[in-house]
Amino acid sequence: METLIFALFASLALGSSIVVVAHKNPIYSTLSLVVTLFSVAVLFVLLGAPFLGVLQILIYAGAIVVLFLFVVMLLNVQREEMPHSGQPGQRVAALLGAVVFAAFLVLLFWRAGSPQGQPLTEEFVSLKALARQLFSTYLLPFEIVGLLLLVAVIGATVAARKPPEVEETASKEAAP
Amino acid sequence: MNPELVATVIKLVVIVGFLINVVPVMLWVERRGSAYIQDRPGPNRLGPLGLFQGLADAAKFMFKEDVTPAAADKPLFIMAPILALLPAFTTFAVIPFGPDLQVGGRTVPLLIANADTGVLLFLAVASLSVYALVMAGYASNNKFSLMGAIRASAQLISYELALTLSVLAAIIPASSFHLADVIQYQRDHVWSVLPQFVGFVVFVIAAFAETNRLPFDLPEAESELVAGFHTEYSAMRFATFFMAEYISMTCLSALGVTLYLGGWSLPWVEYHGWWGAILGFATLIAKISVCLAFFVWVRWTFPRFRYDQLMRLGWKVLLPLAIANLIGVSAATVAGWL
Repeated sequence: METLIFALFASLALGSSIVVVAHKNPIYSTLSLVVTLFSVAVLFVLLGAPFLGVLQILIYAGAIVVLFLFVVMLLNVQREEMPHSGQPGQRVAALLGAVVFAAFLVLLFWRAGSPQGQPLTEEFVSLKALARQLFSTYLLPFEIVGLLLLVAVIGATVAARKPPEVEETASKEAAP
Repeated sequence: MNPELVATVIKLVVIVGFLINVVPVMLWVERRGSAYIQDRPGPNRLGPLGLFQGLADAAKFMFKEDVTPAAADKPLFIMAPILALLPAFTTFAVIPFGPDLQVGGRTVPLLIANADTGVLLFLAVASLSVYALVMAGYASNNKFSLMGAIRASAQLISYELALTLSVLAAIIPASSFHLADVIQYQRDHVWSVLPQFVGFVVFVIAAFAETNRLPFDLPEAESELVAGFHTEYSAMRFATFFMAEYISMTCLSALGVTLYLGGWSLPWVEYHGWWGAILGFATLIAKISVCLAFFVWVRWTFPRFRYDQLMRLGWKVLLPLAIANLIGVSAATVAGWL
């Protein structure tokens, strides 16, 4: 049963990630990204990390990709019309990439049997254990990540603000 | 047959049956309720008190011509109503609808998804409902629909923050994401609505905004955007959006009832065996019905928020209030008051 679910969602993740990269319409790419993230979340749950799977959907698929979609819709990104760009050496680069990927796959399957390739834990990661570790052993990284997020929010607010001179002229023009 | 699988299938049948039947009942309540508020009779021709109006509506939706715009993005156009319905149904999976049943020597918890990450699962799936609106608005190839979709998604993601924070504050005293633990906490102490009234108010307002109900229904504002993101949808596809809205209202009411109003339990009542389960389910349905009636009442009483007022309320009022509520509840829990 688990193998069936894994096979289904792994192939779904692979297929939709190919669609993300290959489709001409950017909206379809973004929606395929949602499918990819959803499948990866299911794979996380199968691996025994349900919290991570739920967070993947909540944050990544539920918020970040929505913002991607906003940008794509509002900026009216056009469909890619040219099937091939004329860049020289594209085929060589693609071949090289495929060879490296194949090498990684071989390495992965070769190492899977060795002691370093075993899973960290066989049981489901319990939420309480995760929370305890997060707030005791890993408290400093947790606080630093929080600070990082705060800096990102402040930076985004500052970057999105209009500069003061434009505001003044805009208000002068708006007043009849 | 795996007994757990059988139990899950039975629970699924019960819950899905309940959710599907909410829609025609809500149709009748909405129409008669709005008529009562507006001092007019409402539907009263079909059956006693107009009770068969829902059947007539269903028949109408099935036989109406399904118009698809020629330049619409067909796959997305067809997928959008389905995608609206899926999160609406799925979110009810984590809500307990009765006390634990003892059947043949094993304990059957009365909720479909007995996951430790209960409430987070609800919020995660609910956040996927944005995509249906965006897809509908984009795929219609219609400027008004696109405007409605963009407004809707902005509104949804803004109020998701306040909703999530108020939900978090409600589960902090119970120390668990699992909703059965939250209900047990409320049975041991008092319904969370009393100590956490601010959180409850934030939750209610955010719930109205999340379901696109008046006073937050700019995405479907009839007077402004024709019908917003579902302008181009007719017949059964429109009925699907309609159903999705009512079912998401039901699920959010169920969540609010479970987090703040004690869920399926009544104070000072013992629940044993099968009768306890039926009584618990009936109590939950009664509380959800009160919430749905409140939704209808508010819809026909208040005028609509303008878009900038809506965003201002979500970001500048509700979010600070929800954060303050979270800090207060955390402090009270640490101090041992909650």
